[in-house]
Amino acid sequence: MEINELLQIANEDKILNDKGTAHMTINLNKVVSKNLVPGLHIDTEEMEDGVKAKIVVDEGVVIEKQVHLCFGVTHEQAVQRILMDIDIKKGASISVLSHCVFPRAVHVKHIMDAKIRIGEGAAYTYEEKHIHSEHGGIEVYPKAVVDLDRGARFKTTFELVRGRVGLLDIDYDITGYDESVMEMMSKVSGREDDLIKIREAGSLVGEKARGVLTSRVAVRGNAKAEVYNVLKATAPYARGHVDCKEIIQDNGTATAIPIVEVSNPKAHVTHEAAIGSVDTKQLETLMSRGLDEEEAVELIINGLLS
Amino acid sequence: MAMLELKSINLNLGGKPILSNVNIDFWEGHVHAVVGPNGAGKSTLANVIMGLEGYRKVEGDIIFNGTSIKDMGIAERAKLGITLGWQEPARYEGLTVGKFIMASAKDKSVDTAKDVLEMVGLNPEDYLQRAVDKTLSGGERKKVELASILAMRPRLVLLDEPDSGIDVSSLEKIFDGIKLLRSFGSTVILITHSIAVMKQAEHAFLFCGGKLVTKGSADKIEGFFEGECLPCEHKNAPDEGDIYGN
Repeated sequence: MEINELLQIANEDKILNDKGTAHMTINLNKVVSKNLVPGLHIDTEEMEDGVKAKIVVDEGVVIEKQVHLCFGVTHEQAVQRILMDIDIKKGASISVLSHCVFPRAVHVKHIMDAKIRIGEGAAYTYEEKHIHSEHGGIEVYPKAVVDLDRGARFKTTFELVRGRVGLLDIDYDITGYDESVMEMMSKVSGREDDLIKIREAGSLVGEKARGVLTSRVAVRGNAKAEVYNVLKATAPYARGHVDCKEIIQDNGTATAIPIVEVSNPKAHVTHEAAIGSVDTKQLETLMSRGLDEEEAVELIINGLLS
Repeated sequence: MAMLELKSINLNLGGKPILSNVNIDFWEGHVHAVVGPNGAGKSTLANVIMGLEGYRKVEGDIIFNGTSIKDMGIAERAKLGITLGWQEPARYEGLTVGKFIMASAKDKSVDTAKDVLEMVGLNPEDYLQRAVDKTLSGGERKKVELASILAMRPRLVLLDEPDSGIDVSSLEKIFDGIKLLRSFGSTVILITHSIAVMKQAEHAFLFCGGKLVTKGSADKIEGFFEGECLPCEHKNAPDEGDIYGN
């Protein structure tokens, strides 16, 4: 029942019937379903307040179908701690879609602490989508430390646009060695008294390492957002870009602190940050097609966060 | 009969007169061109009719189908069937062409979006899921905007420099779009300094220095515009007075 509820909310219930698709569903501190495919190993240990999971993709293995993870809490009050140790071996490739579902949460704290190693020439794509209740009492602490070996690729998207944010405190640290590629994207929509903190730090320490940190945030009501992006390049031909866009409405407050640091004359890092209300021309165009101001703002923000 | 009547419109911006005593009737179901050199006040006139922010404090009156719309906001005017195609259309990060068009459409279906994209010469399979952002060229954005206007089926459409950023091969598609609007029964007002665009219209109004200089059939005004207006070195400063003595 709990599996079905979580997966239905995430629109993922059909994956249970597909034996060719790897998946794992966790409700609070229980692994309630799991299916693996060759070359993918997930070892789990249930703790009092969560689950430890070690995920390994064997060397050279390409997981063809996207792996589905679901971390849910069906309780109103709980603390869930997920400790992830992820090892994508040399030349392997995996794409993961992860749903974090808290449909009835009133006071729920979700802590995700991940250590991720991506081997030489390996690729890891991780997409995390949150679905929250309408209560503001949720606290989410996604934390990750990621190492990219030579030629490794890491692409991650964090999305929290359904339900109330509550408190979100993202803290990612990524180190990229030679010819590696890191792409981080965060999309968050806050309202009422939500508090959004995003700290993403990338270090391009290897020659020709590349990185892009992108944040898209909308705050309405009395919500607050603080986005702190740091991208450092210390190796020759490292290239990076930080891009932060925040839309504020009502009494929302947004802060953007992009820090770019380059300590090699052959490296190059750029940044752009924009905070403000919805663009007037965008708004007036949609209103001139018959949309009310609120509908136009909604469409623009939904596009930005899509 | 006149669908839109501008009565003694005056607009000052930054202490300077931008539009002075403009009186025009636009006829229902007809295509009109408002022509003149850069700075003549043409786009300002379009913005005033649409009621854009910063263009609402006008003297005089704007009558649409017998009702004053002067105090109405943009959305209210749009709900009456008035719309505007921008000279440089807005870009929207993440908003797809399909959703953008459907937001405008009376019939908010994917089929409508596909139909209007085909009307402007864009393959729906290639464009429906693309974002209306910087990955579209200026010409593509112009066509997407025209598609959204076609989907809206407006009663009155203002097209500001519809040929701006459009290559020659695409220009015919824009002109086809104007013909389609007319076939839908829309009243069209083209804001332009292009003879080619002006040729799409039946009636023309020549502006200079924020004033209506002359009006008539598009053929008649075309000759005057080409012969007298385009070669003129007059800089259109509104405070230089009425050089035509009108």
